Amino acid sequence: MTPDNRQIVFQNVSKFYGEVLGVNKVSFSLGPGITSLVGPNGSGKTTLMNLLTGLIKPSQGSIRVFGLSPNQPIEFFREVGYCTQFDSFPPGTNGYDFIYWPLRLHGFGDQQAAKLTNEALERAGMAQVARRKVAGYSKGMRQRIRLAQAIAHHPSVLVLDEPLNGLDPMARAESIALFEALAKQGMHVIISSHILEEVDRISDRVVLMSSGYVVAEGEIREVRREVRDHPMQILVRCSNASKLASAAFELDHVVEAKILNDGQSVLVRTRDAEQFSLLLNKIVSSGLVEVDAVAPADDDVNSIYQYLIGSDGGPA
Amino acid sequence: MSSQNAVAGAQKWAKEQPWRLYSSQIAVLVRTEVRRNLFTKRRIGMYLLAFTPAFILLMNSVFNRRPLGPIDLEESTLVFAGIVQLYFVRLGIFFACMGVFTWLFRGEMVQKTLHYQFLSPVRREVLVVGKFLAGSIISIALFEVAILISFYLEYSRFGSIGRTYVFSGPGLGQLGSYLLVAALACIGYGAVFLALSLLFKNPIVPGAVLLGWETISPIFPSWAQKLSVTFYLKHLCPVTLPVEGPLALFTVVAEPVAPYLAILGLLCLTVAILVLSCFLIHRLEITYTVD
Repeated sequence: MTPDNRQIVFQNVSKFYGEVLGVNKVSFSLGPGITSLVGPNGSGKTTLMNLLTGLIKPSQGSIRVFGLSPNQPIEFFREVGYCTQFDSFPPGTNGYDFIYWPLRLHGFGDQQAAKLTNEALERAGMAQVARRKVAGYSKGMRQRIRLAQAIAHHPSVLVLDEPLNGLDPMARAESIALFEALAKQGMHVIISSHILEEVDRISDRVVLMSSGYVVAEGEIREVRREVRDHPMQILVRCSNASKLASAAFELDHVVEAKILNDGQSVLVRTRDAEQFSLLLNKIVSSGLVEVDAVAPADDDVNSIYQYLIGSDGGPA
Repeated sequence: MSSQNAVAGAQKWAKEQPWRLYSSQIAVLVRTEVRRNLFTKRRIGMYLLAFTPAFILLMNSVFNRRPLGPIDLEESTLVFAGIVQLYFVRLGIFFACMGVFTWLFRGEMVQKTLHYQFLSPVRREVLVVGKFLAGSIISIALFEVAILISFYLEYSRFGSIGRTYVFSGPGLGQLGSYLLVAALACIGYGAVFLALSLLFKNPIVPGAVLLGWETISPIFPSWAQKLSVTFYLKHLCPVTLPVEGPLALFTVVAEPVAPYLAILGLLCLTVAILVLSCFLIHRLEITYTVD
């Protein structure tokens, strides 16, 4: 297989639950290293991961991992390990069996499966408690035993849905170190998180998601730049739209000021929302224009940027 | 052998001998499902369904101590035929299979564990076959034991007359037929309930419809009767029940069929339903959410 084929490719993927949008028209490809899917709760991160691993099927589009589809489970799941967010386990199972029996489904013999099980338990720091029932584990231990199961068969792609949830600081640091080590071995590691800061330092690239859409994607520095440079749209309803539009045009940071069809609204695109607010305040206090309403027109995208990265953009 | 070599070796083996991989996967699935489903509190109802006749027969043999003769033996043969045909096949096995086979997939959805199997390198058809075999093993083992115990309790109280009837008369042959009927009932109903669990979120209503269909199917044309499990089983029962009134519906034989054809017919019906299940499982998605 050539390096070009060792890609994870989403091609125009959409998923609808009836009329509810899961993800819409997602297209990107991922290479080795750590990729973080970042977005607030409900943005479509888990849907994207479930689509990638075949737990749900796309309404349209296709997903390939190294040219393989989840419909070829034998080949596909040799390459892919998925640590889901579902905090549920087969009743009565212990940590060892939880890893050992899935390995037997891979076709490993007893001794090979036992060896790989012990190795995975060691890597996840769960060897000491492996024979205990999973039902008696803490949340962090359950998280780590799922991680151990996902890496036990030495996959090339590791998909981790909020893998740091419920971990104490020490376990978080160990897990992050493990992800970095796996990525250094050439593995594709895909991590979802609703907090960019959490995965910021270890990510090679980031996919920002909001309301089912990929709003930005690429190397983390590029995304930060894009976020800083992204003009914000503000809708202003006022008594004199043309006066407001011409005043706005005089500002350097205003990219566009468009008078809408109703003749009383102006759509302003600005790179500096704070400066534009100051202008509005001046205009209102001077009495030139009466402002009825001000609202961000792309609030979703803006708020996710603010939420994820912070208004100053944070350290690159 | 290093871990990497072990992984590469397993991959090569699976690629070269996929059928051996499928059979080893089925063996693992069967083992896991049997362990998970046979000895659990959830199965208490199934045990009650299987062993209630044995319990009643035990009570009868303890409290009914009057001397028994050949006429009683004849009556007992009819009673036992009724137990198998009217209780085990119509109710006991039906409801036990409903409990076991619908739980194989639907239960995993309820417990939010099905994704572990969907994330393993197992074809979904293999999952269907593995789970079906596990359900069959559980239900067949249970009801075969229940019928054996019931048969023993029914005839042991006759002493030497009973032993002669069983070992030198038709008794042993009848027992063999009943065991065969029970096994076929388990796989027939099992396949139907497995398919229903993949079609419906709550298989209780379709299960009730199925019970109705199995009950009234004898009054339908011959081709329609062939779509019921009991149609095939009736032809394998060694004793005809002289039932009158509405219950006669249960025992009507509209069109005599040779036993080997009945067995073949039921197996074909089972395979057809399993093939349907294999199509249905490809539509199944993990729709449960995180708590």
